[in-house]
Amino acid sequence: MTFWAEFTEKLYQNFVQDNRWRYLTTGLKNTVIIALFAVLIGVVIGFLIAMIRTTHDKTGRYKVLNWFSKLYLTVIRGTPALIQLLIIYYVVFASVDISKTLVASVAFGLNSGAYVAEIFRSGIMSIDRGQTEAGRSLGLDYNTTMWLIVMPQAIKNILPALGNEFIVLLKETSISGYIAIQDLTKGGDIIRSRTYDAFLPLIAVAIIYLIMVLGLEKLVENMERRLAKSDYR
Amino acid sequence: MITVKELHKSFGEKHVLKGINEHIEKGEKVVVIGPSGSGKSTFLRCLNLLEQPTSGDIWFRDELITDPKCDIDLLRRRMGMVFQHFHLFPHLTIKKNITLAPVKLKLMTQTEADELAMQLLNRVGLSDKADAYPAQLSGGQKQRVASVRALAMKPDVMLFDEPTSALDPEMVGEVLEVMKELAEEGMTMVVVTHEMGFAREVGTRVLFMDEGYILEQNSPEEFFSNPQHPRLKDFLSKVL
Repeated sequence: MTFWAEFTEKLYQNFVQDNRWRYLTTGLKNTVIIALFAVLIGVVIGFLIAMIRTTHDKTGRYKVLNWFSKLYLTVIRGTPALIQLLIIYYVVFASVDISKTLVASVAFGLNSGAYVAEIFRSGIMSIDRGQTEAGRSLGLDYNTTMWLIVMPQAIKNILPALGNEFIVLLKETSISGYIAIQDLTKGGDIIRSRTYDAFLPLIAVAIIYLIMVLGLEKLVENMERRLAKSDYR
Repeated sequence: MITVKELHKSFGEKHVLKGINEHIEKGEKVVVIGPSGSGKSTFLRCLNLLEQPTSGDIWFRDELITDPKCDIDLLRRRMGMVFQHFHLFPHLTIKKNITLAPVKLKLMTQTEADELAMQLLNRVGLSDKADAYPAQLSGGQKQRVASVRALAMKPDVMLFDEPTSALDPEMVGEVLEVMKELAEEGMTMVVVTHEMGFAREVGTRVLFMDEGYILEQNSPEEFFSNPQHPRLKDFLSKVL
């Protein structure tokens, strides 16, 4: 058999025969859903924690909340994401009948939130104190000043780091298979177990991840360009 | 309009203001001068509570603003502030910089605020910059916009914290000109500055601060021609 004939035969076996491509599309769907909700959860948690921490550092308010926030950061950043996923599935939600995809979203969201929190915090700290003072001196309250003056500038500064975190999160979801979710990685792995061919399914999975990451990069790039409007001299 | 009684301010161990007593009448243009680290900026920043006084009382229009129950945000609407480093909002256009606070605080509609902004920008000769961003402006232009931003709140008093200290020498004049016009219109002003010419020409009263005290104060003529305190004599001999 020529190389090409062999290659097309393998392509057929891995992706067409028995509709095996469906393992990839179903997997992709689950991966996207998990990552999307995890990003949302992570951003909300991250934002809240960052606000609590910076407000505490600036004004001394929220002592108890700040303590819990620091505990959360330490625990989440101090343990592997896989262990967190397993604990949340087998311990926290053990006795609850709940969608595994939701469990994974919560787990990855909780995990990402810790990193996003520190990214947000670094962004807020990167803005000169004079910006807050200028806002406050005009009679705007702390929250309005934060929201309209500090945050827009902070987000512009942290966009590269935030994009980074979203990329890491997307790829991190590849451990979802540990709680028997058929995500993209698991999908490719199932094909491998059926066809005993490792190369094609795994390469296909890798390429799909790569394309998604390229899309994310493009998205961040566009946002950066939009936010850079005020830099032109 | 503003009364200060036994104002003290410490940053940790550092005692910056050591008992300031002062009364500022409506329409006065009080110029505060003194060496670096004398506490003059801290004094100014205490007036609108950007710095929380360690002890002492401040009244603004018969209201005790150092009372914890006082609404600081409400008070600050009545006191405009111009900073040494402008602190324009870099992500907003010039017009938006000016209209943000009056519109958000529901003092004006966006249309009213836009009109006022254009009117004020016109006065300082910057109406063509309304849609520009702060990064596109020179230092002098930024400071004029910063003054307009504070004025758009229609304050009762304007506080200037070394408004020309961060400018190139050739841009100092244009900012002082705006302040002079403002003074002529009768605005109550408290100006911390190193511009002795401005103090002499525009000030109705000059205060000399050193090491947390107001050592001397007088009308500009007397202040500069007949200084009493040896520390002031020494200071003036170096800066004039």
